Amino acid sequence: MSLLEARGLTRHFGGLRAVDGVDFDLEAGEIHALIGPNGAGKTTFVSLLSGRLAPQAGTIRLAGEDITRTPAHIRVRKGVAYTFQITSIFPGLSVFDNVALAAQGARVRDLKAAVQAALSRVGMVGMAAEVAGVLSYGHQRLLELAMGLALAPRVLILDEPTQGLAAGEIEGFKALVRSLVPQVAVLLIEHNMEVVMDLATRITVLNFGQVLAQGTPDQVRADPAVQEAYLGA
Amino acid sequence: MKVWGLHLAVLAALALLGLVLPQYHATNLARIMVLAVFAMGYNLAFGYAGLLSLGHALFFAAGMYGAGLPAWHWGWGAAPALLAGAMAGGLAAVIVGLLALRTAGVSFMIVTLMFAKAFALTILYFNSWTGGDEGFVVPDTGRALFGATLAADGPRYALAWGLFTVALGLSLLLVRSRFGRVMVALRENEERARMLGINPYAAKLQVMGISGLYSGAAGAAYALLFGYVGGTFADIQYSILPMLYVLLGGAGTVLGAGLGAALMFYLTDVASSVTDAWLFVVGAALVVLVLFAPKGILGWVRARWWRDLP
Repeated sequence: MSLLEARGLTRHFGGLRAVDGVDFDLEAGEIHALIGPNGAGKTTFVSLLSGRLAPQAGTIRLAGEDITRTPAHIRVRKGVAYTFQITSIFPGLSVFDNVALAAQGARVRDLKAAVQAALSRVGMVGMAAEVAGVLSYGHQRLLELAMGLALAPRVLILDEPTQGLAAGEIEGFKALVRSLVPQVAVLLIEHNMEVVMDLATRITVLNFGQVLAQGTPDQVRADPAVQEAYLGA
Repeated sequence: MKVWGLHLAVLAALALLGLVLPQYHATNLARIMVLAVFAMGYNLAFGYAGLLSLGHALFFAAGMYGAGLPAWHWGWGAAPALLAGAMAGGLAAVIVGLLALRTAGVSFMIVTLMFAKAFALTILYFNSWTGGDEGFVVPDTGRALFGATLAADGPRYALAWGLFTVALGLSLLLVRSRFGRVMVALRENEERARMLGINPYAAKLQVMGISGLYSGAAGAAYALLFGYVGGTFADIQYSILPMLYVLLGGAGTVLGAGLGAALMFYLTDVASSVTDAWLFVVGAALVVLVLFAPKGILGWVRARWWRDLP
């Protein structure tokens, strides 16, 4: 039994088959990359997993428990954390309050310790008092990540986490994600192929809302259908 | 520490003012403190949680009638009447919230406005029992509290101050708690709050309930302290007033509601003694406020000098 499992997951928008009968398994402790051309349905798919959108067909199970109809905020409490593609923080609040909101969602007792722990993992110790809205873009992405970590998730869904980061910041990010497994299973939507090939233990390729290929980085790289559709052989 | 010191100093100053002020101003201040409790309740919903309600007159009036009707019809004393009024305000807010919180933004304003209007019309419709738009005078038995009468100046001021103190203390505790952080999160970015495991609907319903309790307690106290209950208190202007107080004093600041109530009250008082066109003066003051300090007085203070002012 996989940690997070989707079967026949479907979501259409009018005539657009954004997600069309996707079967997917996220195993405990893996870093799983979700790739595909723009408009392939990646963000819609993870929105279905996280509960931001309701599927029209199919089932989602978390450690065997059916969560298909579970509201998003309950899924978060059950351990499915989602970080936004477009940085979504509370700009008017301090860094501390941003992370504290996540930590108190995870029902921790010692809020200060939990916030401190999450901030130190992303290397933002000492910035707790700053207002989130005035941070640099890179720090806002890291704050978003710290909020995800403070939820103490079992599954962490990262939607294009390296978008807009500088090269040096990407190295730090990769090290951070590696340090999360095997306690957390990471599902990563990513356009940066270098990051994907470097981090992922398995890759799922989506195209037109359907699974085009699934496997290890080497298998996916060698797949002729993937080369044609995406990697541009 | 500094925060509690400031708020305690304000309370001490108000207690002192009650002893030294001439009677006219002491009565004004009692009225201001009761209205400030109403505005504090509004501030929790609007200033902290971002719920722009146009229906708070309903909760104020629910408190007023919840206290006044039992005192009038069944001879209740002030203590149970006050409690009943606060509960009526909270209950009304939860019922309205259950339906109105399915909407947001402009729709929420309209739905709450309509509920309040419907309630005001209901009061008029059952005029044989509610006194209609003439209202009724609260009987002396209803204004008796622990052997004192709230019609007398001293007890009146004392009760207004006591209510204000409790309301201010609870506000301060609430906004500095975990739930206070959740309220602000709902205002700032509801979708993000949801993805942090917060149930926005349930949290907003709680805020509405608390806001309604404050409004109801204020309405009940207003009825018992000043002895009159009438349909005008359910009108739209009593939904607008707390909003003005809060905007003037500083939305999302604990002391802002009280400061706004005091300033607006005396602005109206002074302007109306000078000219019949006092509404013009009040309007001009609001325009100046919106132009130069859109976050209100204490919002401005917080932005400039004291970032941790709650």
